[in-house]
Parts: sequence; C-alpha cells; structure tokens
Amino acid sequence: MTYSSKVMDHYENPRNVGSFAKDEEGVATGMVGAPACGDVMKLQIKVNKEGIIEDARFKTYGCGSAIASSSLVTEWVKGKTLNQALEIKNTQIADELALPPVKIHCSILAEDAIKAAVADYRKKSGEPL
Amino acid sequence: MKEKMKGGKQMLKYPIYLDSSATTRVDPRVAEKMIPYLVEIYGNPASNSHTLGWEAETAVETAREEVALLINADPREIVWTSGATESDNLALKGAAAFYSGRGRHIVTVKTEHKAILDTCRDLERHGYEVTYLDVLPNGLVDLENFKKALRPDTVLASVMLVNNEIGVIQPVEEIGEICREKGIVFHVDAAQAAGKVGIDLSMLKADLVSLSAHKIYGPKGIGALFIRRKPRVRIEAQMHGGGHERGFRSGTLPTHQIVGMGEAFRLARMEMADENRHIRALRDKLLKGIADIPDVYVNGDLEHRVPHNLNVSFAYVEGESMLMSLKNLAVSSGSACTSASLEPSYVLRALGRDDELAHSSIRFTLGRFNTEEEIDYAVKELREKIGKLRDMSPLWEMVQSGVDLSRVQWAAH
Repeated sequence: MTYSSKVMDHYENPRNVGSFAKDEEGVATGMVGAPACGDVMKLQIKVNKEGIIEDARFKTYGCGSAIASSSLVTEWVKGKTLNQALEIKNTQIADELALPPVKIHCSILAEDAIKAAVADYRKKSGEPL
Repeated sequence: MKEKMKGGKQMLKYPIYLDSSATTRVDPRVAEKMIPYLVEIYGNPASNSHTLGWEAETAVETAREEVALLINADPREIVWTSGATESDNLALKGAAAFYSGRGRHIVTVKTEHKAILDTCRDLERHGYEVTYLDVLPNGLVDLENFKKALRPDTVLASVMLVNNEIGVIQPVEEIGEICREKGIVFHVDAAQAAGKVGIDLSMLKADLVSLSAHKIYGPKGIGALFIRRKPRVRIEAQMHGGGHERGFRSGTLPTHQIVGMGEAFRLARMEMADENRHIRALRDKLLKGIADIPDVYVNGDLEHRVPHNLNVSFAYVEGESMLMSLKNLAVSSGSACTSASLEPSYVLRALGRDDELAHSSIRFTLGRFNTEEEIDYAVKELREKIGKLRDMSPLWEMVQSGVDLSRVQWAAH
C-alpha cells in the first residue's frame, strides 16, 4: 500500500491527538467504528458559548488512512458552527487525502465521528438534534 | 568459503529484513554457482547429442541428489516444479485424480497455505468433498480430531509441516502413521520447513512433499515435489508436453534455477544446526526485548515452533498502522489489510484469536543474515512506536481507565 504525502504527513505528525476531560464544559465525544472491523475513532469537540467549535481532539485505532482522516477532521471542524461541521462530507476528506478506493471507509468513519460528536453535544445541551 | 554477513561492526542497512518467511535473499554462494549455467553451460539438459546438454544434465542430477539428501530421500523421488505452489497443485490435483475411483474425500486444515486451500476449493468444484479441520488454540492439529474426520472414502490428506504465519510444527509423523495404516495418500507442504527442521523421509510416512528454494536462500521460481517410490504413490500429471521428469511435469528444466536450489539445499544441510542456534538466540533476544510491554501476546505454540518465527499481537494497536510506523523494518502484518481485503488473518482467526488481536499482529521471520545489532534496533523501534500508537489509541485509553472492551456496544460498520 502506498500512501499519499498528505496521509503520510498526518500520520507522522498527527494534529490534535489527545483527550479532553469528559465533564469539561462544552466538550462532547463521538466514538465510531469497532475493534473487530479494524478501526475505532474517538473525536472530541469543545464548543464555546457562541456555538462555535473552538477546539478538537482525536484518538484513533486503525490504519494510517484512518489516523490521517481523523487528524484532518480535527483541523477542519475548528472555528465552525455545529451545522457547518455537519456539512463536512467524506468525499471532501477522501479527496483532500487522496485516499485509494479501498480506504474510502476511513473517510466515511471520520464523517460519522463528526455527526456522533455533534449529536452528543446536542443531547447534553438539550438542543434539538 | 564462508561469506556470511553475520557479526561485524558494519553500519545497519535499512530496512532491516525480518520477513524471511516471505522470501529470502539468495545466498551469494548460491548466486555464484548459478551464473555459469546462464552464460556458459546453457545447453538444454534434455539435449543428449552434445556436451552442453550433457553438462547441464549432470548439473541437474547433482542438484537433485542435494535436494534428496536434505530430506533423506532417493533422487528418483524428486520432481522439479516452478515452486511450492505448483508442487501443492500437482500433488493434490494429481493424487485426487488418480485415486478418484477409490473415493473423493480429502482432509486438510484451516490454517494451511492458500496454495492448499484454494486448490481444495477447486477440487470441490470438480466433485470432491473436503474437510477443513480446526486447530487447537496453539495452532496445532488435534490428532483425535484428525482421526475422526477420516472416512472410508477418504483418499488424500494434506497437512503442512511448518506454518507460514505462526511457524508452528505440525505432528506430521503421527498423522503419517494414521494415513499409512488406512491407505490414505498423505501430502505434506514443507515449503517453510526444509532447512529449518530435520526432515527424514525414511522415517516420516509422507507420500508427497512440496519443497521450495526461495525460502532457504535459493532463487525464486523453482521448487520440487517428492513423490514416494516405496510404497509407490501415483499421481496424474497436470502439465503435459515433452514428458520431462518421467512424465510427471513437462517443460524445459531451468538449469540455473535447479543448480541454485541444489546449492541452497546443500548449504542448508551443512549449516542448519549452527544456523538454527544463531537464529534461535536472535529470536529469543527479540522476544525478551518486547516481553515486558503490557498486553503483548505470542500467537501459536512457542515450543513446537521453528526458531525463525515470532508472531505477536500488540493489543490496541492496529497492524497496518504499526507496519507504517516501522518503516525501517521489513516485516509483515498478520492482518491482510495491505492486500486490500481488510480481513484479519484467517490463520489467527482459526486459533480463536478475537478479531481485534488478529488485526494487531506482526510476523517477524528471521534468517541467516540477521545480526544482533539488527535485533537491538528492532526492539528499540518497536518499543517506541507501540508507545506512540497506544497514546493515540482510544482502545488503550479505555482499557487504562478500566473499561472492559468486550462489554462495549460498538457501532459496527
């Protein structure tokens, strides 16, 4: 498997690896995937009072493309509103990282992680989904 | 003349090759022997009208003797093929066809090489019935289970001597006894075994044995099939043509390849004992270097195993990203993600390893040319990269905070 230079860059220098404390204000978590399938992504967003995602963290168990997809997504969601974040599509992620067809599921998983994190935030804050 | 590359204070060359069960570097002594048969003694060994043909034929027969010597067989029992895959195909299809009048049931094992499993699938499409046996959690065939699978119409059984992924040594002596007693043709895939474990076909009751050159420092593209003469086993040829190899396998013999295989087998016979000691010491050093990392599991039995192999699952770290981070090490992942199927290793699954651990496995296979310095480097790299990937792993984080992963409801995708 040969990787694009962008995948390699995110893999070698992953952005925003880590975790926020779960009970910190404004923090929401999305966990998607399953160990049996070979990838699990955890995406956390920190939303400020204006409803803007001001920071994000990820941890990923998975192949290089899965790690790169989640790393990229943490960069992209920052500064966006929840609705803007939900507009990020897997095809954009796949295009940006030049993922081969066999790795498209990694970008789908990253999109799902955003949806899951936003849903978690809305559930916690009592907003309609 | 000894030209081994071991020892010494030379600089490490990257990537460090720890994938010797995939293939090996041709030993320079082997390559040297092959070259004259490309550019000087280029005659067809089947040409009996001139010296270039005679000399090629002599070289082929000398090599045949060398191959036979390593496994204590008669040279007349050795048939050249293009490699172990062809040998496996010839053995299974050839014996199944010849004995089809007697029965159409075949017994093999779920952890066999694809050259066996896929050939069996093909035979199933042609009206044969195949039983694929489970293995014990340590990777070994359960003899009672094997016996139970045999039926009156079983004509053929195939069990590998050494497993390519986990290196375990199957109890082929006992299986051979069972088969001989019942008149079942017994095939053994010894591609990963020759030159690593002693094979004595005057004792081992195998009727057909597949061999390969490139796993033991010979060239790719050449192998052999042992076909027992006493008691005689019969097979139907699968390749027809000029009637080479007593009709078992037509096609012009590749003299240089055969000479290479002969020399590789000769070197293996001379050096196997010393080499195994060297390789075992390196393997043990590697294992010791990573044994204290938490949640590291060796796959397959450590006792009944060739010293060359170490297959390890690093829990909570995915195999492909592990390989990616170990770019200075040439190793392979049990997880076949790299071959685009995204399926974890069928061999590890057969051991009952859960999918997560099967996805997290790495196969280290050591060889003649590895050095202590290389193993030291590999250990250092492994420890560093596992730490880095676990820091990035949500599974590791959950386990550290006391979550039982088996109780988590995963959103499968």
